[in-house]
Amino acid sequence: MERLFNFLYEYRAFFTFLLLEFLCAWLLIVNNQYQNTKYFNTSNSVVASINSTEEAIRSYFSLRDVNAVLSKENSTLRNQLEQRNQMLYSYKLNQTDSTLRKQYVYVNSKVVNNTTKYYKNYITIDRGADSGIEPGMAVISEAGVVGKVKTVSEHYAVVISLLNIDEQVSCVLKRTGHFGTVQWEGTSSSLTSLKYIPRHVRPMVGDSIVTSEYNAIFPPGIFIGKIKEFNLRSEAPFYEIKVELGQDFGKLSFVEVVKNQLKKEKEALERSTFGESR
Amino acid sequence: MTRNLVTLLISFVAYVLAQAFFKNLILFNTGFCFLYVAFVLLMPIETGNLFLMLAGFAIGFAVDVFYNSLGLHAICMVLIAYIRNYWLSIITPQGGYDPGAMPNLPSQGVQWFLVYTMPLVFIHHLILFLVESTGTLFWYSMLKTINSLLFTITMMVILQYLLPQRSRA
Repeated sequence: MERLFNFLYEYRAFFTFLLLEFLCAWLLIVNNQYQNTKYFNTSNSVVASINSTEEAIRSYFSLRDVNAVLSKENSTLRNQLEQRNQMLYSYKLNQTDSTLRKQYVYVNSKVVNNTTKYYKNYITIDRGADSGIEPGMAVISEAGVVGKVKTVSEHYAVVISLLNIDEQVSCVLKRTGHFGTVQWEGTSSSLTSLKYIPRHVRPMVGDSIVTSEYNAIFPPGIFIGKIKEFNLRSEAPFYEIKVELGQDFGKLSFVEVVKNQLKKEKEALERSTFGESR
Repeated sequence: MTRNLVTLLISFVAYVLAQAFFKNLILFNTGFCFLYVAFVLLMPIETGNLFLMLAGFAIGFAVDVFYNSLGLHAICMVLIAYIRNYWLSIITPQGGYDPGAMPNLPSQGVQWFLVYTMPLVFIHHLILFLVESTGTLFWYSMLKTINSLLFTITMMVILQYLLPQRSRA
């Protein structure tokens, strides 16, 4: 027994090394799984307030751009609203339907921290549990899909960016209606790749990619990007497609979190039909 | 001793905050600045392995909290802290180190300093990018590693010229 202790003592540095490395590896694995590690990330209030200070300084320099984008968005929305109202009026549909009106609720929010150059990029936003944000909600901007909420604290939330090699979004080629998956390759922050489009489809450069109806998180039809180039190897079952993202992630400053009011009902119905296994 | 500990704590906080602000300071899309590595590399030569590893773990963990990558920076820092002393004993100059010497630029010279830091920082960055991409994207990670290596080393050298360094503890 004494020899064992002597042995352990003699190699204490090596054993501490192993112990610490295992601890780190465990942290890595746990953190990669969904919705764990609530405290040690940028939604922690101390960390987030430091990041907010940085963002407050930085946002002064982009105010002009932001204003231009917002006023443009305002005018587009006003036009759309006007058109929609006229359409509803001409079809005599302008009665109120509570479910239709309230399926998706949008919570606007400011980005306080954002990266684009790492392999796993995250965005921190300044809305949290007190605004009704929950893990798993979709985050979009006026230019397209941004990501989904990973963890939430009282006043902040961490969002998995679309620029994260682990993030996959179910999408559809708008012109042909074929389903695929968008997943980032980790290199360029303006491009992502579209996978699982089979050989018989004829994509074209400039085709729009939008979120699909099968998506559990995003509302259908949210713009993701346009096809920039595609390539079909002679033996490959699927195309290799590069998609130019609609949202410039380097300039992200305001986003909207999408709350699906009917999600719980849908999940409860599916659970009671298919059981817990799904 | 207490004074040393206080300076150590202050530099710990300074390195972590600096690293938090360096998060989006990226050159040519691939050059990252991980200056906090210097916290462990610039500790006195006689510092024990155990203390180095704990310090490395602490600063790696603190940086991870800011980078939303729990365990990633910590795993690289613990590795660097563990092999640092072995590397120091391999590159001992003729006649050995003076007692209480610091492994920094003013006391050991530019050439020695680059030989000392380059391989360690290279290993740190390579492991960091490979673990982050879970082993895929090897050549892109290599590009990131080399660009970041140049950036980090440059910042480290500049830092040593800017701040007054004691050549002895």
